[in-house]
Amino acid sequence: MNEKIKHTEPLIRISKRDDLVWWKSWLVRVIAVVLALVLCSVIIILITGYNPIQVYLAMIRGSFGTNRKLWIMLQNLAMLLCISLAVTPAFKMRFWNIGAEGQVLVGGLATAAVMFYAKDSLPPFIMIITMLAASLAAGIIWAMIPAFFKAKWNTNETLFTLMMNYVATQLVSFFIMIWVPSGSSVMGIINQDSQAGWLPEIFGQKYLLNILIVAAVTIAMFIYLKYSKQGYEISVVGESENTAKYIGINVKKVILRTMGLSGAICGLAGFLLVSGTNHTITTTTAGGMGFTAIMVSWLGKFNAVIMVLTSFIIVFLQRGAGEIATKFNLNQSVADILTGIILFFIIGCEFFVNYKINFRTGHKEGK
Amino acid sequence: MLTTIASFINAAIIQGIPLLYGATGEIITEKSGNLNLGIPGIMYIGGISGIVGGYIYEYYTPEPVAALCIIIPLLCSLLASAFMAFIYSFLTITLRANQNVTGLALTTFGVGVGNFLGGSLQSFFGKSGSISLLTTGNYYKTPLPFAEKLGLFGQTFLSFGFLAYLAVIIAVICAFVLKKTRIGLNLRAVGESPATADAAGINVTRYKYVATCTGGAIAGLGGLYFVMDYIAGAWTNDGFGDRGWLAIAIVIFALWKPDLSILCSFIFGGLYIICTYIPGLSSASKELIKMLPYVVTIIVLVVISARKRRENQPPAHLGLPYFREER
Repeated sequence: MNEKIKHTEPLIRISKRDDLVWWKSWLVRVIAVVLALVLCSVIIILITGYNPIQVYLAMIRGSFGTNRKLWIMLQNLAMLLCISLAVTPAFKMRFWNIGAEGQVLVGGLATAAVMFYAKDSLPPFIMIITMLAASLAAGIIWAMIPAFFKAKWNTNETLFTLMMNYVATQLVSFFIMIWVPSGSSVMGIINQDSQAGWLPEIFGQKYLLNILIVAAVTIAMFIYLKYSKQGYEISVVGESENTAKYIGINVKKVILRTMGLSGAICGLAGFLLVSGTNHTITTTTAGGMGFTAIMVSWLGKFNAVIMVLTSFIIVFLQRGAGEIATKFNLNQSVADILTGIILFFIIGCEFFVNYKINFRTGHKEGK
Repeated sequence: MLTTIASFINAAIIQGIPLLYGATGEIITEKSGNLNLGIPGIMYIGGISGIVGGYIYEYYTPEPVAALCIIIPLLCSLLASAFMAFIYSFLTITLRANQNVTGLALTTFGVGVGNFLGGSLQSFFGKSGSISLLTTGNYYKTPLPFAEKLGLFGQTFLSFGFLAYLAVIIAVICAFVLKKTRIGLNLRAVGESPATADAAGINVTRYKYVATCTGGAIAGLGGLYFVMDYIAGAWTNDGFGDRGWLAIAIVIFALWKPDLSILCSFIFGGLYIICTYIPGLSSASKELIKMLPYVVTIIVLVVISARKRRENQPPAHLGLPYFREER
């Protein structure tokens, strides 16, 4: 009899936590990042033999060292944040849009197309408006296709949007081949001389306008998700589709509308990347940010303000690791390794924020 | 004409083999309900760990033995890819993290490790230039001994290294296990409805772990085939390209059936290179043709969701977490 009771309670039991005090949950996350940095240091010592503290200092210099580096970092931060904001409403609805990469690309492609065909025939203001409208439309279309089938037949959106990325990539290389007569696969700067369709510099800073636009989008998204009726509908559909149906929310409409919004912001990101940053288009214009954005958004708990922080962490890591790669003569891919390790730790630590581990206590039932 | 077709089929099969490994691995993984988007990263790891194993062996041995040349990279590749899949399993199954986010992080990490080691392995050993493991590569490329004697047929279908046949054999075994054995039945139950499986006494956690790690190991072999056989013991950064994602596309195209994935992989392999075999194509239309595999996959995905035939659906619990306490 006694034997039986001994085995009724397992050694470890996991239960859901009630909401953890905010500082405790952040403490868990900070510990996770510190542990990740320790592991990264071990790896850095093992493969390079350099002092990891020096390596980390070099990373900080790489992001903040000079005015120019700081602006580049802010620009990268703004772009990553913009795409993360784009995927957030869809995620909140539990619509796994991993097609941001493609949506950004077609947005950029639309901008590039307007720049390429219109050259300097339009007045600057109308030119910019046309480009913006084309980008938004392209992004919306690219996002609405999977959303339409999701709403109609419940087609798996993760796989659908993933495939749309590569269709977009090929579409871009197709147009580059058409636009570049020499058959070279590099587009080159569009409208180099006239600068038609380039977003203007303000206060002498090339990237400031991009950053301000993204800041505005961040605030708007925060308000939209938290205080608007549509934002509330998104949360309800995400929590439980049946509840949403029961209280009279048109789920299909919400899916289409939210994905349209998601695609529009991706299109905006494509516009900013082509018109405001690179002035050209390549198949790597989105540069994997569409995928990184998913992690940023998820780590930021779908909260637009926290996402500023999470995208900063990612951009800082990438810029910093790029710097140490050059400085210590390592391969640039070190950045991806460090990012990966830190992401694993942050992803893993959420478990300890959400769940409690109960070890077997000495008390036995019936005693 | 006949030789062109034969060489096209041959090339399509060569291109299809890494995809087949990736697709078989991902099917096994997805059947347990885990959508592992880390497969592209795992395939990079599978390739680079084979290279590292072979490199160290060739570096320290003046006269490498054929058997060890094959076994060492093979084991390194299997273990490293299974370990990557283990990281994914630990995060998503035990720590209950989101599958998409974990998978994408795994891909970032895997591609990073692959390109880092591939780019710097030579300098670690005080050499310069790119990696070249000709001896090991040659052992991997050795075709069946009687292939030569069978003329065009032999050249087309039998001129591959052993990893190519292994890919087909593994896919057939997986199909058999999934369809005909109790283990396969239990695994499918876990992917369809883990709560039901749990209630029936199946150890859901163990099935998910084993399926995901086995799937990862199989997928990693695709990377090994690519570096050892296809490019003969060399490494180019990002050389593997987007084949990992193409493998995930094949899973859909093959309707989550490993036996069908053999044919589908060769079709996708053919689509991957068909543009070089069609004469008179402009470079722009070549790019459009490269779009085909993805467009076809999308169409298949839409059609199966519209027709709603039960046997062609993705596992019902694909991508969703299962926690016994939450229902």
